[in-house]
Amino acid sequence: MKSHKWFTPWLLVAPGVIWVLVFGLWPFFNTVVLSFTNARPLQAGRFIGLENYARIGSDEQFGYALTTSLIYMVVCIPLLTILPLLVALLVEKTIPWITFFRTTFYFPVIASVVVVALIWSWLFDTKGLINGALEAMGVVDNPVPFLVDRWWLLITAILLTVWKGLGYYMVVYLAALGNSNKELHEAAALDGAGAFQRFLTVTLPAVRGAMVLIMALVAVSALRVFTELQVLSNGTGGPGGQSMSLVMLIKTVGSGLTGNVGYASALSVVLFLITALPLLAIAWMNREKEAKA
Amino acid sequence: MTTTVEETPQSIEIAARAVKPKKVKEPAYRRKGSSDFLKPTLGGLIVRYVLLAIMTVIVVGPLIFQLATSFKGPLDDIYNFPPSLIPTDPTFQNYVRVQDFIPIYLYAWHSLLVAVGTVITNAAFATFGGYALGCMEFKGKKIVWGILLSTMLLPGEVTITSQFLTIKAFGLADTLWGVFLPGAVGAMNVMLIATACRAIPQDMLAAATIDGATTWQRIQHMVWPNIKGMVSVVAIFSFIGAWDDFLWPLIVLSDPAKYTLTVGMAFLSGNFADPRLVAAGTMIALVPIVILFSVMQKHFFAGVEEGAVKG
Repeated sequence: MKSHKWFTPWLLVAPGVIWVLVFGLWPFFNTVVLSFTNARPLQAGRFIGLENYARIGSDEQFGYALTTSLIYMVVCIPLLTILPLLVALLVEKTIPWITFFRTTFYFPVIASVVVVALIWSWLFDTKGLINGALEAMGVVDNPVPFLVDRWWLLITAILLTVWKGLGYYMVVYLAALGNSNKELHEAAALDGAGAFQRFLTVTLPAVRGAMVLIMALVAVSALRVFTELQVLSNGTGGPGGQSMSLVMLIKTVGSGLTGNVGYASALSVVLFLITALPLLAIAWMNREKEAKA
Repeated sequence: MTTTVEETPQSIEIAARAVKPKKVKEPAYRRKGSSDFLKPTLGGLIVRYVLLAIMTVIVVGPLIFQLATSFKGPLDDIYNFPPSLIPTDPTFQNYVRVQDFIPIYLYAWHSLLVAVGTVITNAAFATFGGYALGCMEFKGKKIVWGILLSTMLLPGEVTITSQFLTIKAFGLADTLWGVFLPGAVGAMNVMLIATACRAIPQDMLAAATIDGATTWQRIQHMVWPNIKGMVSVVAIFSFIGAWDDFLWPLIVLSDPAKYTLTVGMAFLSGNFADPRLVAAGTMIALVPIVILFSVMQKHFFAGVEEGAVKG
């Protein structure tokens, strides 16, 4: 039986659909078009074919940015797949005060990256707490250039990302662990399986799905890194901009009155192609999940 | 374990316990000879709490250290090691003096405006759209779902350059409206509410329709109570997302008088600023959302169990 006028559902979904079209799909379409032009913020630009893409190949800055983003991804994936699982196992059981710990471990997630990066740049300053501790323990004689060296800057930023991401992925694991079979755990324990053995045979298979999902999520968010490097390097992107990420490069190239919108768009398309792989993996997984439900 | 009015062994046991004055308090750990294998042993429990304490120090240590620094006066040596958490020259002056560098409370007001606007539009439009997608049958539903899903393949950073051109074409460059508008309706939020709506029994809605309930009445009386939890998750995430966002307002806003908190804060860093002032600034940005989250955390973790954070 008909419970509503034909246009009612369309009226209800209209805002969502319009927003996706205007602020999602249109800008994407526009980005692809602009990437074949020499557009500037104040002029429309004309078609220049693949010139922008040809330029990417010989752009030294792009090489640095791609290296930075890929290293970010490769280092973050194992760290943010394994560490949050261990934290989740730590807070999984409902023992007294556990809600307090779960909530506390989530605080870094809700904090702005800008705020955390400002705290970090104070902790990792040449006169900061970390260098103070290292010198007091006699590990180093001179302060470590955490915020001004190309590679140290990258390491410091990755540490920030991992510290901030722990709570988020912990919650994803908690949801997966909540669905895992308690009886199986008990049966394994009765059969004399040790804690480590139970982890391998019961826990790991239960969270395998979540693990794959997290790997893809971490990969994408690592490729999108911007704020950590921007704030830690004070907007410079490290010495000679060598620690810039892809997004930082896009922002630097494309914004401002003299920005090269065409070239920035070509860089954006390349970024899209790189992030598409892990994203497609997520979409594929979601479809499988929905089919099961 | 659920307790019902029926006479189950549990309810009898509970009744028996209620009669007996002696309260048997279950320990949180496993006693020797107990078969409750899912409980840790006493030793295991102690190790667990020690690890939890270490994690707590790693997680909140930097935040507490920053909080302490923000209350340290000019006579406190903030560079010595080991550091002290208790200021010897405690002061609130840093929260005043930080305004010499940036109008931080004005920036916080801007962020609040954007964040509250984002919460209202997302909660409202996600509820409407989610209801239509979750509970109604109509032609083209699959297409709508596909359009919403397509945004998951599109990281916002990819479209940021031309997104700015769109906002400029609307005449909203360098305004808070321009910061707010693209995030006003999140496709992800619509899909989250749609998933929550699907859990509502269709028969119930059909019965209400037969009784003459309008769409609006069904949303108000039958759908809303069922999706309240998920809507509060959407609201929390919308607020935090808008309050914390950095790249987009950085691109939209060029006039320092219009900055949001994160953009203004980034200009607070640099070697010239006193770390005590930067610390005060970070606390102004951090404390509101920590309080908001602590108050709402029950809804949040309940929403997690419904699967809110999975995608």
